[in-house]
Amino acid sequence: MAETLTLLDYWPSMFGMRCRIALREKDIKFEYQEQDLWSKSPLLLEMNPIYKKIPVLIHNGKPICESLIIVEYIDETWKGKAPLLPSDPYERAQARFWADYVDKKIYEGGRNVWSTTGEDQGEAKKEYIERLKVLEGVLGDKPFFGGDSFGFTDIALIPYYSWFYSYEICANFSIEAECPKLISWAKRCMEKESVSESLPDPEKIYMLLLELKKKAGK
Amino acid sequence: MAGDAVKLLGAWPSPVVMRARIALNLKSVGYEFVEENLGNKSQLLLQSNPVHKKIPVLIHGDKPVCESLIIVQYIDEVWSSGPGILPSDPYDLATARFWAAYIDDKWFPSLTGIAKAQDDGAKKAAIEQVSEGLALLEDAFRKCSKGKTFFGGDRVGYLDIAFGCFLGWLRVTEKMNGVELISRSKTPQLAQWAERFCADPAVKDVMPETDKLAEFAKVLFAKFKNPPSQ
Repeated sequence: MAETLTLLDYWPSMFGMRCRIALREKDIKFEYQEQDLWSKSPLLLEMNPIYKKIPVLIHNGKPICESLIIVEYIDETWKGKAPLLPSDPYERAQARFWADYVDKKIYEGGRNVWSTTGEDQGEAKKEYIERLKVLEGVLGDKPFFGGDSFGFTDIALIPYYSWFYSYEICANFSIEAECPKLISWAKRCMEKESVSESLPDPEKIYMLLLELKKKAGK
Repeated sequence: MAGDAVKLLGAWPSPVVMRARIALNLKSVGYEFVEENLGNKSQLLLQSNPVHKKIPVLIHGDKPVCESLIIVQYIDEVWSSGPGILPSDPYDLATARFWAAYIDDKWFPSLTGIAKAQDDGAKKAAIEQVSEGLALLEDAFRKCSKGKTFFGGDRVGYLDIAFGCFLGWLRVTEKMNGVELISRSKTPQLAQWAERFCADPAVKDVMPETDKLAEFAKVLFAKFKNPPSQ
């Protein structure tokens, strides 16, 4: 049976970007299907009935949901090339811990920065930078979170780089000024084709954000 | 490395701490259990988990591992000669991880929603939500167990641990609210599974007694209804 691989995705989604990067790291051919989140397709609703969200990876008709679960699935199924997780159990636990930290602290933190104003936004900015600095500390002087090779935690975090521009404009601050090492790391990641092909133009994300804000009447 | 001393920082009422204990028991790994007082966290806990300051923390040799499901995976990978905890097939593993995340992100919060409900209407809605989740999990059991005893097949596995650890709190909730959440009529597969899970040698000594947990719960829930002023 010919293998089929489809990614149901939405172009500005950080979660979708993680899956795109993982597939490209492994050099796997897949069909990208752009989803309209305001008018969800029957396929999306069938493949992810619990959450009705993207990304969903459909492998030979079987759906896998939740971005980090998808990335681990990709790593375990296509073992031959570019391991995304380290082999040492302790290092694996660390990689998973920091990817989980990104999910718990960075997504919401960023949303608070662009969606608030005034004093609330000031607080949100401060909190966000603190959280980014924690990650900067974890990175240290290593080229990637995984050490010498690009891996799981890098994949979890790098999609947010495409959104930094939007946060900076909305809240009038420079992430590079506060976290220079993190931005160096991000630029290093962007040198990889798997990353640069998977992240949209930050300006396009900003235009979308303005549109979404207008729709929400903000 | 597998031979280094193992310490687990936890608390007896905590379901997520139980996950680590069950995993260690399945692998027959001896460990020192350190009971934490969550109102007065130890220096060791604060140093070992500076980011979240939460239990469980597994300290293996001198290296801390945090987050219960990450700990379970770590245990499975280090003591790899013992019975396997994670499914070996990548798709089954992705499915198990999906449901474990659903239980943590949606189902357990809906269960605590019952205790937090401020009036009868809210309580009824919360109970309904928990029941809907259990219907999904009943279906998940059918698919994952493939006719066998546990989510993991013949043996207690990752998803059994992820979900089963909440059975104590589920029983307490049933008792305190006079409802049946898992029952032979509504969720026959889960009802049978729950009995077998709680009787498993790796589980029975670390699952708190319902009465003891209920006493603890009364104190805890009083705080929900009258939150202390911050």
